[in-house]
Amino acid sequence: MSELLDLNLVEASKALKNKKISSLELTKAYLKSISNTSSLGAYLEIVEDKAIRMAKESDKKLFDGTARPLEGIPIGIKDMFCTKDIKTTASSKILENFIPTYESTVTQNLWNDGAVILGKLSCDEFAMGSSNETAAKGNVINPWLKNKKMSPGGSSGGSAAAVAARSALAATGTDTGGSIRQPAAFCGITGLKPTYGRCSRWGIVAFSSSLDQAGPLTRTVSDAALMLNSMAGYDQKDSTSANLKMPDLMDYLDKGIKGKKIGIPKEYTQDGISEDIGKFYEKSIDWLRDEGAEIIPVSLPHTKYALPAYYIIAPAEASSNLARYDGVRYGARQEASSLDEMYELTRGNGFGDEVKRRIMIGTYVLSSGYYDAYYLKAQKVRRLIKEDFENVYKKVDFILTPSTPTTSFELGKKQDPLTMYLNDIFTVPASLAGLPGISLPVGLDKSGLPIGIQLIANSFDEPGLISTARVLEMSAGFNFIADGAAK
Amino acid sequence: MNDTSTLKSGHIQGETGIWEMVIGLEIHAQISSKSKLFSGASASFGSEANRNVSLVDAAMPGMLPVINEFCVEQAVKTGLALNAKINNVSVFDRKNYFYADLPQGYQISQFTKPIVGEGEIIVDLDDGEQTTIGIERLHLEQDAGKSLHDQHPTKSFIDLNRTGVALMEIVSKPDIRSPQEAGAYVKKIRSILRYIGACDGNMEEGSLRADCNVSVRKSGDEFGTRCEIKNLNSIRFIIQAIQSEAERQVNILEEGGTIDQETRLFDTSTGETRSMRSKEDAHDYRYFPDPDLLPLEFTESWVQDIKEKLPELPDSLKKRLVKDYGITSYDASILVEEKDYVDFYQQAANGRDGKLTANWMITELFGALKKDNLSFSESPITSENLGKLIFLISNGTISGKIAKEVFAEMMKSKKSPSEIVKEKGLEQVSDDSEILKLIDQVISDNQDKVNEYLSGKDKLFGFFVGQVMKLSQGKANPGVVNKLLKEKLK
Repeated sequence: MSELLDLNLVEASKALKNKKISSLELTKAYLKSISNTSSLGAYLEIVEDKAIRMAKESDKKLFDGTARPLEGIPIGIKDMFCTKDIKTTASSKILENFIPTYESTVTQNLWNDGAVILGKLSCDEFAMGSSNETAAKGNVINPWLKNKKMSPGGSSGGSAAAVAARSALAATGTDTGGSIRQPAAFCGITGLKPTYGRCSRWGIVAFSSSLDQAGPLTRTVSDAALMLNSMAGYDQKDSTSANLKMPDLMDYLDKGIKGKKIGIPKEYTQDGISEDIGKFYEKSIDWLRDEGAEIIPVSLPHTKYALPAYYIIAPAEASSNLARYDGVRYGARQEASSLDEMYELTRGNGFGDEVKRRIMIGTYVLSSGYYDAYYLKAQKVRRLIKEDFENVYKKVDFILTPSTPTTSFELGKKQDPLTMYLNDIFTVPASLAGLPGISLPVGLDKSGLPIGIQLIANSFDEPGLISTARVLEMSAGFNFIADGAAK
Repeated sequence: MNDTSTLKSGHIQGETGIWEMVIGLEIHAQISSKSKLFSGASASFGSEANRNVSLVDAAMPGMLPVINEFCVEQAVKTGLALNAKINNVSVFDRKNYFYADLPQGYQISQFTKPIVGEGEIIVDLDDGEQTTIGIERLHLEQDAGKSLHDQHPTKSFIDLNRTGVALMEIVSKPDIRSPQEAGAYVKKIRSILRYIGACDGNMEEGSLRADCNVSVRKSGDEFGTRCEIKNLNSIRFIIQAIQSEAERQVNILEEGGTIDQETRLFDTSTGETRSMRSKEDAHDYRYFPDPDLLPLEFTESWVQDIKEKLPELPDSLKKRLVKDYGITSYDASILVEEKDYVDFYQQAANGRDGKLTANWMITELFGALKKDNLSFSESPITSENLGKLIFLISNGTISGKIAKEVFAEMMKSKKSPSEIVKEKGLEQVSDDSEILKLIDQVISDNQDKVNEYLSGKDKLFGFFVGQVMKLSQGKANPGVVNKLLKEKLK
């Protein structure tokens, strides 16, 4: 069993195609590890029968030589993706019994390429949170330092925990301000947020439409490349999806980075970064230099306004996006004697505190009299941040930053929302600028928790991002397995 | 009551002087499109409840709007027909509010950057005068669904068929000064929309509705505080509602009161408006650009293509009718009011006497349809048959008098005029010998009158004509009768 779990996605895919293993045995191994690691709480819904059925179909295709790129690979899906006939709740009580009649474009792309679904993964409610603690069904536990009950990060905490715990060979996530990259960093895995528009948002429960972007959480950079190959693509059902063909990312794995210019933004190296992260950040710079990259100090002067701008724009859009959860057509409805009372009870009981907080912030910043001072100003800041990056990309090819200021923290240690928001300080700027970013593990801190480093590329340069990340991955040689992972 | 007979329409006589109305209209025109503005669902009217609802219309989680290009084209077409500025970049905004028949919790509309900017149209008034009304803007937006409150004792039912249907909101400048002008303005807009096919203009089915902003002032004063009357679905109601609302405001002001800015509803049973919600209760719609949609952008050449394909519009058509058919400007303005009228007219008048055709169409046909309570499209007389009738009159086959008889029969039986004339033997008699026979008979029957005539009582000539016509059962050609009688009675 253990040998099957040891294979990463690319290795498993090769073994499947060489008929060394079958999808059925691989899928069963993962179903077993889901039950072995169930105490982590990563899965909200396990679809064993469907997984077995899909695995058998994949085995047929593998047998008759018609295998597709992800044939027979068992993966988990963040609960933000609508999956046909499978409960989709966005980790919210308000959607607790919602079963979509449709399949999101990104997941459909994955099934079209032969992937096997294991189940739906927990996340922060409506992807709002950085610790997975806002999930209606309770938090997920990070498989690292299992006994201490650390946060897997969020919002894609279930996805990151499952991949780190080896209860999914890969998982999908969504990233609005860091929701793929931060949990990937906390759980010692790779998380890639593509350029805004690369993956269709159709069928993904919307949090903040101008920021939301789907991406993979995987064990390795090549696994991420393989996953994103299938997930990405133009979709005419999403008006913001980019009509650009993405080259096969697997072709870019071994391109190297000789002569590439890596920018080190001075604004990202200031206070608040843990010592160990600072140390590994330095190391990462050295590794890239050793591989032939040119290291260039750069400045992104508006970085300090990114977080405040983000916490206006994202809640503003969320306050509108979540208005549809009103109890009228689907989801949990609280009966009442008037329409307004029904809204109040349904939404009051259906949403958790963090979601309510953001709806209130969003409603406030869009209100007449406050719109100009908040929403409009935040949009201006967003434009300036975008320009910061545009200027820097005239001089460099990639930007290297830590993924998070600290490693994972213990669950249940009540943090005030503002401290929690600081988790996304390094991931939010790229989100606001719509740029692709990847977090990969480069080492462990003193307490044994993984440290993530982030690379940010220019718009639609996922190929370059993969090449560079791969170099960093090889140099770091991170090969630790979480103590809470399935054996 | 004051004597209002000498007042101009749109003026109200108060104790303190004459008040003038200031009116602005927001017309909501449903675009004639097979599918909705942002979803592929059918936009047809009258389907069973909740049949035309897509996942997008029902605002299911993760659903996204995609713009219907046909609707954009209709808006541009309309903008061009309203002589308005086309904005090559416009933005969709979300107008946020909660209501049970608004699934998204917001309406996708256009707020700060509409697709069409300022324009103007010429409006024909009943007295033959014309006036120009400014257009402030035109924007695209989604319609809401329908709440049904009378289906269940305690529950409201929701029908989402109309949810997401494409509307154009056409906002006038506050240039309108009387209810009649408002009516004429709506008629003109409706006529333009029908000419270009952007909207069927069917007010009964709700394809065209208007919100009226009404205020009153003393001539030359600043605009007064306005009230908005929502959702009027006939021109008659628009006229009634504006008149009644303006009178209400004048009464308040005359008594020293002030007008509260509010939204009002028109009660068709009482003919009066009543308060719906005050300014304080007005929603804060929290407009912001819809992040699911890119700005709407198109090139100048695309707009030019649409412009070149525009059909001839009422104003230019009217001029052409006057020139080509020799009809009066007044008749022409009636004929161009509806595209159906002018199409009918041009078919009927083709190769025939244009003036005569216009007379018959406007006086006889419109009159008969009104009497029988028929709409124009239900006319039993086709343009082809009216044309034939005109031909029979012009070439002397039947007299004008007989023609009326034939026309009445055409209304009843839908038969062609020649068929009726033949069946009933109504052809006009123009043959000299036939008519001479009749004349001889009349002379011999009325020898005494002939003598009177010959001794100078000229007035009797008409009597003889009448007798001959009577004898011919109206079929004798009056011109020939006249000529022959004159010769005979020399």
